[in-house]
Amino acid sequence: MTTARFDTLLVANRGEIACRVMRTARRMGLRTVAVYSDADASARHVREADEAIRIGPAAARDSYLNVEAVVEAAQRSGAGAIHPGYGFLSENGAFVEALDAAGIVFVGPPAAAIAAMGDKSAAKARMANAGVPLVPGYHGHDQDDALLRSEADKIGYPVLLKASAGGGGKGMRVVESGADFQAALDGCRRESQAAFNDARMLIEKYLTQPRHVEVQVFCDSHGNGVYLFERDCSVQRRHQKVLEEAPAPGMTAELRREMGEAAVRAAKEIGYVGAGTVEFLLDSSQGSSQERDGAFYFMEMNTRLQVEHPVTEMITGQDLVEWQLRVAMGETLPLKQDELTISGHSFEARLYAEDPLQDFLPATGTLTRFAMDLAGAGLSSYEKGRARVRLDSGVESGDAVSMHYDPMLAKLIAHGDDRDQALATLNRALAALDVQGVVTNRAFLQRLATHPAFKAAELDTRFIERHHATLFAAEHPTTEEYASAALIALDQLGHERESDSPWDRHDGFRLNAPHGIRIALCDRQDETSTIVVEGTRESDAAPWCLTIGSETLTASLQPLEGDAVAITLDGHRRRLQARLEGDNSIVMVDPRGESRRLWRRIDAIDHGHHEVESTLTAPMHGTVVALLVEAGQKVEKGMPLMVMEAMKMEHTLTAPADGQVESFHFAAGDTVGQGDVLLEFTPDE
Amino acid sequence: MAILTTQVNPRSELFQANEAAMRREVLALRELSAAIRRGGGDKARARHEGRGKLFVRDRIDHLLDEGSPFLEFSALAAHEVYADAVPAASIVTGIGRVSGVECVIVANDATVKGGTYYPLTVKKHIRAQEIARKHRLPCIYLVDSGGAYLPLQDEVFPDRDHFGRIFYNQATLSAEGIPQIAVVMGSCTAGGAYVPAMADESIIVREQGTIFLGGPPLVKAATGESISAEALGGADVHAKLSGVADHYAENDAHALQLARACVSRLNWQKRGRLAMQPPKPPRLDPAELYGIVGTDLKKPFDVREVIGRIVDDSDFDEFKRYYGDTLVTGFAHIHGHPVGIVANNGVLFSESAVKGAHFIELCAQRKIPLLFLQNITGFMVGSKYEHEGIAKHGAKLVTAVACARVPKFTVLIGGSFGAGNYGMCGRAFEPNLLFMWPNARISVMGGEQAAGVLAQVKREQHERDGREWSAEDEEAFKAPTREQYEHQGHPYYASARLWDDGVIDPAQTRDVLGLALAAAMNAEIADTTFGVFRM
Repeated sequence: MTTARFDTLLVANRGEIACRVMRTARRMGLRTVAVYSDADASARHVREADEAIRIGPAAARDSYLNVEAVVEAAQRSGAGAIHPGYGFLSENGAFVEALDAAGIVFVGPPAAAIAAMGDKSAAKARMANAGVPLVPGYHGHDQDDALLRSEADKIGYPVLLKASAGGGGKGMRVVESGADFQAALDGCRRESQAAFNDARMLIEKYLTQPRHVEVQVFCDSHGNGVYLFERDCSVQRRHQKVLEEAPAPGMTAELRREMGEAAVRAAKEIGYVGAGTVEFLLDSSQGSSQERDGAFYFMEMNTRLQVEHPVTEMITGQDLVEWQLRVAMGETLPLKQDELTISGHSFEARLYAEDPLQDFLPATGTLTRFAMDLAGAGLSSYEKGRARVRLDSGVESGDAVSMHYDPMLAKLIAHGDDRDQALATLNRALAALDVQGVVTNRAFLQRLATHPAFKAAELDTRFIERHHATLFAAEHPTTEEYASAALIALDQLGHERESDSPWDRHDGFRLNAPHGIRIALCDRQDETSTIVVEGTRESDAAPWCLTIGSETLTASLQPLEGDAVAITLDGHRRRLQARLEGDNSIVMVDPRGESRRLWRRIDAIDHGHHEVESTLTAPMHGTVVALLVEAGQKVEKGMPLMVMEAMKMEHTLTAPADGQVESFHFAAGDTVGQGDVLLEFTPDE
Repeated sequence: MAILTTQVNPRSELFQANEAAMRREVLALRELSAAIRRGGGDKARARHEGRGKLFVRDRIDHLLDEGSPFLEFSALAAHEVYADAVPAASIVTGIGRVSGVECVIVANDATVKGGTYYPLTVKKHIRAQEIARKHRLPCIYLVDSGGAYLPLQDEVFPDRDHFGRIFYNQATLSAEGIPQIAVVMGSCTAGGAYVPAMADESIIVREQGTIFLGGPPLVKAATGESISAEALGGADVHAKLSGVADHYAENDAHALQLARACVSRLNWQKRGRLAMQPPKPPRLDPAELYGIVGTDLKKPFDVREVIGRIVDDSDFDEFKRYYGDTLVTGFAHIHGHPVGIVANNGVLFSESAVKGAHFIELCAQRKIPLLFLQNITGFMVGSKYEHEGIAKHGAKLVTAVACARVPKFTVLIGGSFGAGNYGMCGRAFEPNLLFMWPNARISVMGGEQAAGVLAQVKREQHERDGREWSAEDEEAFKAPTREQYEHQGHPYYASARLWDDGVIDPAQTRDVLGLALAAAMNAEIADTTFGVFRM
């Protein structure tokens, strides 16, 4: 690996991390160069860079994963160094070697260190040598199906199947029993092959109540190494982190030092340089803190800057990207271990374009609005000279969210004097975040961050599964919410006049009866949950009488400034923001930032098709990964028929009934749009 | 600008009494209307629902654009006419907006006597078609009927305006370019089969709709063939084999969606043109109409107080204010539409009749719709008036009213008696629509007058025969006549027989007229040629 001074930095990444790296680079006086795929030609990281160079078509393997194109871009722009961000080429040894050959500085560890940790099986062996505790598992080179199965049986279920080359949850599955092993293995291999061009797997014992605690380490090229304390990243879904915090709750000074020193040992063992993260599993099923000593296991080392690095920056007051760039320039670490201290507490929430209600299905679309009104939420972004709230975002209002890349849009980071204060700040900031046009997990993050168990720091990696009932329970709209949405819809109808004709008043005029309008609403875009609100009133000026099921409410709406309205239900007046979206949905945000979205059903009619559909359609934009049956094959209900992938996550389509697959409309590798007919299916009579 | 001001004192005793009395009438009307809206009995409703069918008014709601007004006609039809209750004469008709187009909807209510056609059902169906013709409105028939009510076949089948007229109208309306769309949501037997068959486009609901000239019982009797209704003339037969139906619907809601789609494909354009103004609500409060008008026809009120509560901005530009002042004429706007208003403000004299004829000529010339507000005991009688030729002056008004080919709307806001009814565009003069207020009365003359005339004749008889006729006897003689006139002149009696298009709440009058005017603008306003005016 080379270290050298440079004045131009190319960032071989996209999204928020590209923007974040360039921000520090600019502050340090460096010229910044972005790279982009066709899908990103007008993306924010391109707009913010001093220069930007196209590196290929939308598919990541042809652009952001294309080593040759990235090296060429660096040469073309005269960049002396490349920051890889996270993901993509950040842990690709071949890439580092290519840069070494081209005389370009890689802002990261030497190829050898990446290789040492990239091969997880080999890494574990070296960690064992360095005295770092390990989880029982199989990390061998022999990838024979039967052998892997017998190793899994030996370890005992549940086991975790993981791509040897992987990270970020891709190519990773929990296997609950031997019966599920083969299917999981096939799926993981496919994902791994697609994401890392490497299908090798490792197997580990799956701890039932583990906490994910990781230590930030930093080494320079002069043999110095420090740890910048730990982060708790236990709240995960589908093995991807959702909420992270630093420091980890409940840590003792001893355990912190022990884990920190173990992490530095791990880094030094492989000759590490730059920013790295050593991930440990901390077994929270154990009792007192004394017993916890030693109950941590090395999981893996991420040889890059982590997504969640900002929480470490917030509690240490350091800029880790600046540290990375200085180390890459050959400087020594800015601080020694005893100069580093923890100040306060910090949280990070990851904002994803995904629908938590649809099993976190990635969402696409155009962000009609992306803003955070901190002042409105009663927050200032700085307090006592340091940041309280930080939004690391790769998007702005008007940007498109495509199917091609990771659905993470931004990270919201909050800091406070202690955990409670930091959490309160995070919650207020989440409420102030206004994202429109694309479904996101924002409200879900709010529910997570306000959950009593989370407040009480009762953390483990299955937090979301464990609290599924309470996390998703609040999803059902209340009668008041239906009434409010109906009222907003009725008000809107009154404004939708195309002409002065009284026929255009949409007032539901009826002779010798109150005016009457029915508003059909559903709380999901599926049509099974439709609630019909019947509104009647005596005149255009009178309040509405709304009937929802057996309940009747007197309701009126008063427009306030902007989007704000005052809604009075049975004498209880509430203020909220109301918006109508292009997809016929009504979004209501209360003053605490709790938002509710209900869809109006207009001309949506139950056509009475109660038979099984004879086609299967794509639930989202994506790529067909594999066809699992042959055309003409008889299948049983629930049998997997094909696998598609969107945003690097696999989705399996299963047979809706016993029957026969007639034909497939796409082959593996084809791109499909949402709603495309994927296959013809004939159900058995 | 000629903004009307009010002399009304809402705190006066008279106002309060009027208000209370009218409110009672309106509430009674609403209660009756609500009862009628429920259609047939609970048993019939349960059976209907059990078959997976929507109720007739829910069908209409599904058919209409979201929030569309529905201007229903003659909800009181057949009220207390037949031995059995036949709510709304088992058919719902009205104007509503479908895919942005005002349409006449004619929908059978199968919960009432199986949707069979009583004489008044036929009359109401045909009246709806007439309205469609006059306003040039597409027709949508939601068919769910067992056909003619056989016990009354002599009043349903043979005459010009009986059952056959429905199909005559479908053919001739279609010929005029007025679309005819039928949705078969239940039986459509015998003559009824022609409703979808005569339609421009027809839709049939699977396992609900059937169309056949002879139903299974008749087929069995005639040919011995045993066949189910569905196999004889169900949706599969007509959408796939016979071609009698054009669109196949899975259920009621789907069928109505298809009907909406049909209307959206009509390439419909309104032809009427008026110099519109932005609509403004009246400055005077329409709710005060109750207290102004009351229910006692003997208590006069200034009709300008009524006009000011119906027209835009209470702006009424009066014509010949100081001439023939028992007839008020002038220009105003209702929901933005210009209208010429002709309103009674007392008995008609020669001058008022001539003034009315003049004003109607103006409106016909300028193609401004006319609104008649009737509150008329008749033309003035007596030698002075006969000698000055009130008959020929009245004839001028009647000629003008009859010949004017602008849209005409009539509202009976009080009495409608004798030739006054003719001069003020009564039913015989084919106003586009005619409505009554609940306080209104309609008869050839007032009950008291009729009783008086008959008593006078009787008294002369007695005198000729040299018999005594005591005041008590005379009173006893007059009472039944008075009662008969009161009973037969009542709006419910009138509306039950379709002498009007509905009894309406005075407070809704402005909206009713606005909707009617806007609907009328689907048709071009024709040129008027008047007959000979006797000078």
